[in-house]
Amino acid sequence: MGSRLKALLLVAVPAAAWSGVLPEERLDTLYHYYDGGGIQIDGPSVLVRKSVGEKVSLSGSYYVDTISSASIDVVTTGASPNGYSEERTQYGAGIDYLRGDTTLSMGWSTSEENDYEAETLNFAISQDVFGGLTTISMGYGSGSDQVGKINAPEFAEEVDRNAYRLGITQVVTRNLILGLSYEAVADEGFLNNPYRQVRYVDPGDPANWLTQSEVYPETRASNAVALRAKYHLPYRAAVSGEYRYFTDDWGIDAHTIEAGYVHPFRTRWLFDFRYRYYTQTAADFYSDLFPYANAQNYLARDKELSTFQSHGPRVGVTYTFLDRQGERPLKSTVNLFADYYMFSYDDFRDLRTDADPGTEPLYEFNASVFQLFVSLWF
Amino acid sequence: MKAAAAIVAASLLLAGCSGIEPWVKPYERDRLADPIMSFDRNPVSGSYIDHVHEAREGARGASGSSGGGCGCN
Amino acid sequence: MRKTMSTLLRSVAMSALLAAPVVAGNATGGAAAPAAEFSLKSRAGEAVSLSGLRGQVVLINFWATWCGPCRKEMPLLEQIQKKYAPLGFTMLGVNVEEDTRLMDTFLKDVPVSFPILLDPANGVSKLYNVSAMPSTVIVDRKGNVRFIHQGYKPGDESKYQDMIRQLIRERA
Repeated sequence: MGSRLKALLLVAVPAAAWSGVLPEERLDTLYHYYDGGGIQIDGPSVLVRKSVGEKVSLSGSYYVDTISSASIDVVTTGASPNGYSEERTQYGAGIDYLRGDTTLSMGWSTSEENDYEAETLNFAISQDVFGGLTTISMGYGSGSDQVGKINAPEFAEEVDRNAYRLGITQVVTRNLILGLSYEAVADEGFLNNPYRQVRYVDPGDPANWLTQSEVYPETRASNAVALRAKYHLPYRAAVSGEYRYFTDDWGIDAHTIEAGYVHPFRTRWLFDFRYRYYTQTAADFYSDLFPYANAQNYLARDKELSTFQSHGPRVGVTYTFLDRQGERPLKSTVNLFADYYMFSYDDFRDLRTDADPGTEPLYEFNASVFQLFVSLWF
Repeated sequence: MKAAAAIVAASLLLAGCSGIEPWVKPYERDRLADPIMSFDRNPVSGSYIDHVHEAREGARGASGSSGGGCGCN
Repeated sequence: MRKTMSTLLRSVAMSALLAAPVVAGNATGGAAAPAAEFSLKSRAGEAVSLSGLRGQVVLINFWATWCGPCRKEMPLLEQIQKKYAPLGFTMLGVNVEEDTRLMDTFLKDVPVSFPILLDPANGVSKLYNVSAMPSTVIVDRKGNVRFIHQGYKPGDESKYQDMIRQLIRERA
């Protein structure tokens, strides 16, 4: 074989015939229910994905949160009886374009509630390399929020968000796949809650406390990196693990650890077990009780910015009641997932008890989360 | 001449990349193709749970879902 | 040391030569070379060997139920089998999966009339350097590989048919 022919072959036969595939076509209809800390939230979530030809995949989503009562920090600091809001609706649409080993994705979503509007645009590109054993992806997301306040029509603030994502998944052996992802988020604007208050010791009566509005920085920059692994056991089952580290310029450091096990049973059943542990340290400007008014430039008493841990076990069951293959394949599953979260706070106190400020019991609560959904692959 | 050199360099690089033979052959990927080996088997459920976490925790990002905004402030 | 090196080099060259016949050209009309012999058990339980089919045009298709394009291709392969079998042609579907139950479920909904051979240990897949799923190899009446195709996109089945028609006209 001539050397020229050899050189041509080198160029003509790159990445041996591995081509990416479009995501599966499917329709998911889900009912979600959350009950914890005095709040119940439920609603539907619908996700549909359809291919158009061999190169394009379209997706659409619809999601509603219906909230029944208010969370502890709003109830006890009495800012607004409505709590966060009563109903939130979110719509989304996306398009994926596949070309050889490369997938380009674009997505848009909009969320609306009576005092908050958010619009997000996401872009991503992913590439299969090394015969499809490695997939590299990059993404960018941009969000723009309008913050309002109930009974205050003149109140109008904005938030701009930018997110940068990098990911790599790697097939290591025929049983093991790893994933590494990184995400940097930068927010700018009105980042706090217009209703929430912080508390400080009453200068006239140390056994009492007074409130003032929370004050947050106008920017927030965060970094998160996560490592995931999925391993196929010698029999048909899989174990998974995940660790995520988060840090931001508000002083919050968080670790998330998850371990999971999927166990198929006979041909139609799947059982999921998972345990999630989350721990975070408080933001620099967080305090459950400030010594006096305007004690700092920035003031926060949001329990989401406090020091806390949560334990979350999960049990899930999936039943495949339809699995027809052939010319017009059709598969359908019904799924029930139950999660139980146990939150315990190290520096956020439960103000529903009558005690000297700073001596109230530390807050803790449990939440049950249920998901019932039907998936259809067509 | 420069263009030719650039093309040769680029194709050698490409050949070099493809020169790494996949050590897990296409016919050995049955287990990896099993839905139980997917990181996010049910995206509608995954994105809901990510939302449950983000609304109550300070951390965000690198969770798998590319997120949307909400009034979870 | 020198003797070992030359022996080593010679054996490497020999194995390269032996392996070469299998990867004979990546398009129609590539250099003809003998197809590697193999024998596998079929779903029906009988042993099927490639040499036993000498004199026929044989299409070997490597497939699995977890591979979307493979599933799409299967009914079209069955059409090809029905059309050309009376003319001295046979299709061999080589399933490469460990778990044969998935294959049984699939073939219940997509029945085929050609032999499905089982290669769970992937010996034949390795022998034929299968580098994509699905892979199609067409062997002529003399037992030489004349066509290799990787992957499946709608419309590829007409390429298989063109090659089969050409090879059917050739004498054994």
